Amino acid sequence: MLIVSYIIYLVASILFIFGIKKLGSPKTARQGNFLSSLGMFLAVVITLFDHMIITYEWIIIGLIAGSLIGSVMALKVEMTGMPQMVGLLNGFGGGASALVALGEYYKVETPNFELNIIITIVLSVLIGAVTFTGSLIAFGKLQGIVTGKVVKYPLQNPINVILFLAVLAAGVMIAIDPAQSQLLLGVVAVSLLLGILLVLPIGGADMPVAISLLNSYSGIAASMTGFVINNNMLIIAGALVGASGIILTIIMCKGMNRSLMNVVLGGWESAGSAGPAAADGVQKSHKSIDSEELAMLFDSASNVIIVPGYGMAVAQAQHAIRDLANLLESKGINVRFAIHPVAGRMPGHMNVLLAEAQVSYDKLYALEDINDDFPNTDIVLVIGANDVVNPAARHDKSSPIFGMPILNVDYAKTVIVNKRSMNVGYAGIDNELFYLDNTLMYFGDSKDAVTKLVNEIKQL
Amino acid sequence: MDLLGLIMQIYVFVLAIFVGFELITKVPPTLHTPLMSGSNAISGITIVGALIVAGEGQNMLSTILGLVALIFATINVVGGYLVTDRMLKMFKKK
Repeated sequence: MLIVSYIIYLVASILFIFGIKKLGSPKTARQGNFLSSLGMFLAVVITLFDHMIITYEWIIIGLIAGSLIGSVMALKVEMTGMPQMVGLLNGFGGGASALVALGEYYKVETPNFELNIIITIVLSVLIGAVTFTGSLIAFGKLQGIVTGKVVKYPLQNPINVILFLAVLAAGVMIAIDPAQSQLLLGVVAVSLLLGILLVLPIGGADMPVAISLLNSYSGIAASMTGFVINNNMLIIAGALVGASGIILTIIMCKGMNRSLMNVVLGGWESAGSAGPAAADGVQKSHKSIDSEELAMLFDSASNVIIVPGYGMAVAQAQHAIRDLANLLESKGINVRFAIHPVAGRMPGHMNVLLAEAQVSYDKLYALEDINDDFPNTDIVLVIGANDVVNPAARHDKSSPIFGMPILNVDYAKTVIVNKRSMNVGYAGIDNELFYLDNTLMYFGDSKDAVTKLVNEIKQL
Repeated sequence: MDLLGLIMQIYVFVLAIFVGFELITKVPPTLHTPLMSGSNAISGITIVGALIVAGEGQNMLSTILGLVALIFATINVVGGYLVTDRMLKMFKKK
């Protein structure tokens, strides 16, 4: 029986790998997710036959309760709320890994573990608990329960370093004498606290990085649990997720041209003093356009690129934008979407929102695939995006966003920026794009403004 | 301590990380959100450990820990796969 279960675990591991491989294209992605879930199903079923399991009543309760809660969450969540959902799921995964390790520790009367087992128990508890509370704070920030601002507290870094060293010291002592269960409880408590303290300083707009990093942690915690219960499938599955989270974290950091340390320590908090007025006191002027003129402008265009940002999601404007894109296409105009890597509140968030609005995925272009096309574009429509289209990132060394890769929308013949007002973006810095000669401001709530524009174009 | 066993585990861990890097760098940015929720569901694999701890009936404490772990892991697995499928269904090409 043991042999059979090991073979099934191998099959499950292969299904996870194939599942992720098939996520490489939107055509096969759904099938990939199915294969991955099939692997999980097989793993669970074969585990139920494990000879170590003698009672099923708690298992049935746990599986039913978890399935109900998970299904309701998955079916109810709005696509705009996806970052919170993923944040919360990360937390549950990390929490589960920590609890399994604790359960392994407490199931014996006199703890007398092999050195490698006790070390991985401590690591699993540490990483799992940090992931748990860290994810809850991230969820709270995204949901608006916890402040989305950069939170600074006195001696922030020394405190975190001391807490971390304390966990390590306790870990070493447990390794020497595994019977010291009070030390393990100390590791639990301090790890839970560390999770809170590590995520609290991170600003709401930096959440894509935090969520990616916590995603990675939840995988590594699962791997550590695999070391504890000596199961290679857990080690493999956890390592895949750990790698995935790290890659996404790196992509997000590159998208903001910031180091991971800078994000984790809560950067950018000093910006925010600069308002619409320039630092030298000269009031810059911008030009605005109304929906009627804008409709005529669009009517004469042949190449249009739409740049959506998080503001589009906040205003729920994605369906109106889809209508606009369809209308323009029916007039023979080439319409594409340019998506900055850090648009939205998690990696790929904007793509999901547009997919939900039934925008064809082949119209969505990543920064590197479309950035050279802006000079040949008649109109760029910027909706709810700000810092990711600020040309200052290319040349202004004093700007906090200097060096960040941006969409070169200012190279287009005409740039239309839809915003509610001239307020600054999340980095708290003024955007020189708004004052360029080829930029026209189109003020209004994104959803109303785009709907109005669609009606005007229809009347032409 | 079973040093050889540990080294074998580390082998598997390191190689799997390399496989992960290779696979995930090929996922296009447009699918990064489903990638995250889908891989998140995979990290719920810890459900296997939770099942055993919850079902071993060793003592009350470890059974309770196992039960809570099982609920958490099941939420992670079921919620993760379902929401990923919900998203991927929406990705269509006209």
